[in-house]
Amino acid sequence: MRPLIAVFAVALPFLLSACSSQPPVAEQPGAGVEERKPTAVITTPPVVPPPITTAAIDPYSLAALKDPKSILFKRSVYFDFDMFVVKDEFKPLIEAHAKFLANNPKLKMLIQGNADDRGSREYNLALGQKRSEAVKQALLLLGAREDQVESVSLGEEKPVCSEQTEDCWAKNRRGEMLYSGEF
Amino acid sequence: MKDNPLLAGLFVGLLAASALPAWAQLSIEITGAGANRIPVSIADFAGERIVSQALSSVVRADLERSGWFRLVESGSLGTMEPTAGNLGDLKSRGADAYVAGSASSTAPASSTTEGRYETRFRLFDVPKQASLGGQSYAHGSGQLRSTAHRISDFIYEKLTGEPGVFSTRIAYVVKSTGRFELQIADADGMNAQAALASREPIISPSWSPDGTKLAYVSFEAKKPVVYVHDLASGRRHVAANFKGSNSAPAWSPNGRRLAVVLTKDGRSQLYTLNVDGSGVTRLATSTGIDTEPQYSPDGQWIYFTSDRGGSPQIYRIPASGGDGQRVTFEGNYNVTPRLSPDGKNMAYVSRHEGRFHVTLMDLATQQSQILTDTAKDESPSFAPNGRTILYASEINGRGVLGTVSVDGRIKQKLSVLAADIREPAWGPKLK
Repeated sequence: MRPLIAVFAVALPFLLSACSSQPPVAEQPGAGVEERKPTAVITTPPVVPPPITTAAIDPYSLAALKDPKSILFKRSVYFDFDMFVVKDEFKPLIEAHAKFLANNPKLKMLIQGNADDRGSREYNLALGQKRSEAVKQALLLLGAREDQVESVSLGEEKPVCSEQTEDCWAKNRRGEMLYSGEF
Repeated sequence: MKDNPLLAGLFVGLLAASALPAWAQLSIEITGAGANRIPVSIADFAGERIVSQALSSVVRADLERSGWFRLVESGSLGTMEPTAGNLGDLKSRGADAYVAGSASSTAPASSTTEGRYETRFRLFDVPKQASLGGQSYAHGSGQLRSTAHRISDFIYEKLTGEPGVFSTRIAYVVKSTGRFELQIADADGMNAQAALASREPIISPSWSPDGTKLAYVSFEAKKPVVYVHDLASGRRHVAANFKGSNSAPAWSPNGRRLAVVLTKDGRSQLYTLNVDGSGVTRLATSTGIDTEPQYSPDGQWIYFTSDRGGSPQIYRIPASGGDGQRVTFEGNYNVTPRLSPDGKNMAYVSRHEGRFHVTLMDLATQQSQILTDTAKDESPSFAPNGRTILYASEINGRGVLGTVSVDGRIKQKLSVLAADIREPAWGPKLK
């Protein structure tokens, strides 16, 4: 049983990141061993400094949420201007979080939707809500339970970028997934 | 509702500051004046110099700042019983109105009580050489400014035919680094006080019709929650904290109900509830966003913003529920409806070529006029006399407030040093 879990632990992030259009974190030193044969991690002790934890982490443990190498470390879903559908490139991310919630039935998630700062604050609050609701519906579809997730909006009130440029606005049009204890 | 009201009250009490330091005061700059300002001469009030000067200078500042008046020197004249010759002299100086007054001490200050005064004034029509009336007030030395504002209100009403708003207050949010304060100041920007300070945003303050409470949205729970805050006691309670977002509170004209936007059933939709949070009723069901509700002054309608037709537009629905009617048709972004106190006009924000302007619609003719030339206008709010609209804007990346008269001529800018100021709401005129 243990080896199987371990295989999955290593393979899952790769499977998921393969589908993502965002570049996976491939530059870590000494990663070649893992790429060739995931099981090798078990039999050969970890070489030198690299993260002792990474491979051993249970993909459904809380530690996975804090592991920069896990897809679960990512929490942001970005939206196009005036759009409220989750883009394909974020489906693997949402799927991973949905599975994580399904495997941790006691965990809860707060999804905060955000908008860029153009126009009315209250209308932007409603736009942010449409985004968080879109993320919530995608999570429910992929296995999360209704009582685990709450979708709310921060509107334009919590920008991550404050310049008046298209790049900046795009960074602010987002949904953020936060777990119990993170909000 | 789920919150312990006692705890909530305590929390606010701890955060509430009393008077703010001088640097936090609003400064007001007049950026446009009316075309036909009434020339008025305000004599120095007679009596104890410190008191009488404070009174007459506040009255002068009020009238001049309003944009409806031009001050004319009264020379050495100061009498409350001017002769025909005195008034003839004022006429030759160009004055149409003359104000004189006095403040006399009725009880000296002691170690435990402030000094008491009786202030009297009279207003004269200079060309007609007639008195337009006067008032007298008994007040303490701590009420010099409020007494002067009442005098200004009297003068304004006699000379323009509309009630003055110098005695009213405004609420707004000041954002400095990592800190949000809900502040309340006199309409002239003085006596700013913080009702609430928070590390998280505060938006959408809305005055109760009797001016004793503010409803607002605070994000201190990492999500928008609607509170009702009693200004005298500093206590507050949660009015709406349902699953999802709670926002956009608006008082019914009788002060008993709030219209709010909740997302507990999925989308942002309109509901009404009692001020204590009970009696939640869904007002409308739409396939899109419904938000920014606002009661008409007669309580019959609720105006709101909706994207049910594709782009955000203003609609209205009977306050008891029913079918929505579209109100705006021009352009593809019309939001934040705010009705004038007489219910005849609607201020809102419209977008033109990426710029957001305060716009005024005559509801009977559906004719609209853009009132501002700034580019990021938000949150219009009528003065209780309907003559002026207070709104939020941005100048050089800084949040400022502006006022504009309903004819678009008289403009002011209100700013705070080194901070953003936003989300203004003009309070009611108290009887």
